[in-house]
Amino acid sequence: MSADTIESRRAWLLSERPASRMQARLGRAYVAWRRFSANRLAFLGLLIIISLLVIAALAGVLAPYSPTFGDLKGSRLLAPCAEHWFGTDDLGRDILSRILYGSRWTLYVVILVAVIAAPVGLLVGTVAGYAGGWIDAVLMRVTDIFLAFPKLILALAFVAALGPGIENAVLAIAITSWPPYARIARAETLTVRNSDYIKAVQLMGASPFRIVLRHIMPLCISSLIVRVTLDMAGIILTAAGLGFLGLGAQPPLPEWGTMIASGRRFVLDQWWVAGAPGFAILIVSLGFNLLGDGLRDALDPRSGDQ
Amino acid sequence: MSGRTLLDVDDLRVTFPTRTGLIEAVRGVSFSLGRERLGIVGESGSGKSQTGRAIMGLTPPQARISASKLAFDGVDLLAASPRERRALRGKRIAMILQDPKYSLDPVMSIGRQIVETLRTHEKVGKAEARDRALAMLEAVQIRDPARVFDLHPHEVSGGMGQRAMIAMMLIAGPEMMIADEPTSALDVTVQLDVLGILDRLVSERGMGLIFISHDLRLVSSFCDRVIVMFAGKVVEQLKASELSQAQHPYTRGLLNCMPRIGFERHPLPVLDRKAEWAA
Amino acid sequence: MTAAITVDGLEVIFDRFRALKGVSLEVNSGESFGLVGESGSGKSTLLRAIAGLAPVASGSITVNGKKLGARRDKAFYREVQMVFQDPYGSLHPRQTVDRLLQEPLAIHGFADGEKRIQRALDEVGLGNGFRFRYSHQLSGGQRQRVAIARALILEPSILLLDEPTSALDASVQAEVLNLLEEVRRRRKLTFLMVSHDLAIITHMCERLMVMQSGKAVESLSAAQLVGHRVTEDYTRNLLRASEGFVRTG
Repeated sequence: MSADTIESRRAWLLSERPASRMQARLGRAYVAWRRFSANRLAFLGLLIIISLLVIAALAGVLAPYSPTFGDLKGSRLLAPCAEHWFGTDDLGRDILSRILYGSRWTLYVVILVAVIAAPVGLLVGTVAGYAGGWIDAVLMRVTDIFLAFPKLILALAFVAALGPGIENAVLAIAITSWPPYARIARAETLTVRNSDYIKAVQLMGASPFRIVLRHIMPLCISSLIVRVTLDMAGIILTAAGLGFLGLGAQPPLPEWGTMIASGRRFVLDQWWVAGAPGFAILIVSLGFNLLGDGLRDALDPRSGDQ
Repeated sequence: MSGRTLLDVDDLRVTFPTRTGLIEAVRGVSFSLGRERLGIVGESGSGKSQTGRAIMGLTPPQARISASKLAFDGVDLLAASPRERRALRGKRIAMILQDPKYSLDPVMSIGRQIVETLRTHEKVGKAEARDRALAMLEAVQIRDPARVFDLHPHEVSGGMGQRAMIAMMLIAGPEMMIADEPTSALDVTVQLDVLGILDRLVSERGMGLIFISHDLRLVSSFCDRVIVMFAGKVVEQLKASELSQAQHPYTRGLLNCMPRIGFERHPLPVLDRKAEWAA
Repeated sequence: MTAAITVDGLEVIFDRFRALKGVSLEVNSGESFGLVGESGSGKSTLLRAIAGLAPVASGSITVNGKKLGARRDKAFYREVQMVFQDPYGSLHPRQTVDRLLQEPLAIHGFADGEKRIQRALDEVGLGNGFRFRYSHQLSGGQRQRVAIARALILEPSILLLDEPTSALDASVQAEVLNLLEEVRRRRKLTFLMVSHDLAIITHMCERLMVMQSGKAVESLSAAQLVGHRVTEDYTRNLLRASEGFVRTG
């Protein structure tokens, strides 16, 4: 592609007079992208998350060994070497392979939690904020009750009730992580509900349902995306914590928290068994945090209007 | 009327760097001010407020200011150190902004703010400062100065707040005052009261006043001289009394496009902006 | 002559503050009626009460012969639309002009949206080049034109105007006032316009009512005001103030 066509495409994207719905939308996305990619750390975060996605998708190809079956005879607790880059664990399984496969479980947890918790929080928050009165009072008191418990303890209680396993861990984390989103969505709703542009839609005869869904929610979404991204690290850690306590993923699933738990016994002599999954958690959490920070700058509704 | 020149501005330029390049908010403005009322009129984006801020030294730090001359009573403002400029500000040059709510400290009583202002510029005792603050509140026609003295800014009306602001600005006895849309947030009747106060103080104390506004008709009824700005430039300078003989089509357009009681014009004449005015 | 809007003994109370203290008003069909007053006079509250945006404590509002209850039905919004004061606050920050104009059509189930949007934009002098812009890509005057287009797209018979030009530069104000006069003539609309500026009201309206602290001071015709044939001192004060600063002594 020559420099000229790139230049003309950029001009098309940044046009002050978009000619179609599509161009307007793309132009807006492009401006956000430019702001985002100008931030190097955020870009690094994005790269980490993309690598995580790629690794999860191609784990079967990338992993040199099976994640669940090890060579019990010849390769128990080997230190990192040419054949086993991250060493092996007590059952002779290759740790690198287990970490590569484990990325699938990490993504599984993170995505499911986000998909369950964020919409619930958004709905509760916007409805409470827009309706006001007793609806607001009831919804917010429920939110307060959830917020009153430490997240991990509440998740523990739920897992204890539902039984251990990664699905129940996801459910428990989702149940405990929506209240902050509801808070954010409600706060945003309160600032916009009395604005003239919402009044104008009321004067069109729009139903409250339509106003919340089509006019208020889109305004709350960007701050929610930022918050969810920043929370991803916490979700991974909570999932790992539940796994570590034996209440999340069950062996032999190669979930990172469970792997740390089983490596705990030899942490002094064979540090790599617990260290490698710990390092993986660290990198991915860092990636989500950097990405979240970058998104906050790129999607900030205040600077977004410039 | 003018006597000695207080402020001399020659080829003042204010430039803001932005993501897309440099934006010139003020492009070569020149005028001088004596002990008189000078109006600067223009629409939004004309650079009128940035001119006032540049003189006051309140331009945002990322902006660049240049001028072949910017002197207040012989002091070169561009060469002055930040400390010297701070000393000038408040003591010899004062500024009133559009909304007193943003310029007054919300957690300090009005009286205390006036006293503080006075005591930063003059060595006076507490009791004397209080007396002078009360006298100043009375001078801006606040009926019950002792009561207003103890009120906080949110407890008074817009008109009262603006009077308090004027009192605070005048307490140190400045020689020049810059008023940026001082009455635009006020009701019409209150607006005239505030202007009356300003007018009296200017003529009694022999201050120089720069009155920045979008309202050409109001400015011409209040000021001695009017500068009309468009796109960062001065398009016309004239005596307020000779406004009806304005030469520049922009000035005439601004004057004509406002509805007037008793002059039926349907439709109203609109301003046809010409590119060459900004050149 | 039929009444488009009749307001009788209207009281509005916000948290125990009486913003309107029994105001009555009659606007004829096809007339342009002005409400003048200073801040706190209740002029905007009266407009918002008619639109259903303020809590009515007592009194009645009748629009086109139909008495309004606490809730407005969809048919009401086809008859009455409003243009707000602040063009920077009345357009949704995340929607294009196209989306803003589509919304009322979608709510009321119009099929020929494409044509109507096209026509509405042409009518307010914006044309197609502005259709897919976001509000932050528009100037104040352009925003107000979009707001007018949005109000007109449902083809109402009554337009409520809440200081539609007070946030605009004088030259832009003239353009918007001309546009409003033009659409009124073309569509035979009824205007109820609020302003603090007597000159604008006498320019735009045939009759007006002066308000002060939630009450009506007096009602008169624009011609009476122009001829200074007013009875109340308050009106006389407003009139004098609108003539600019006069140096005394």
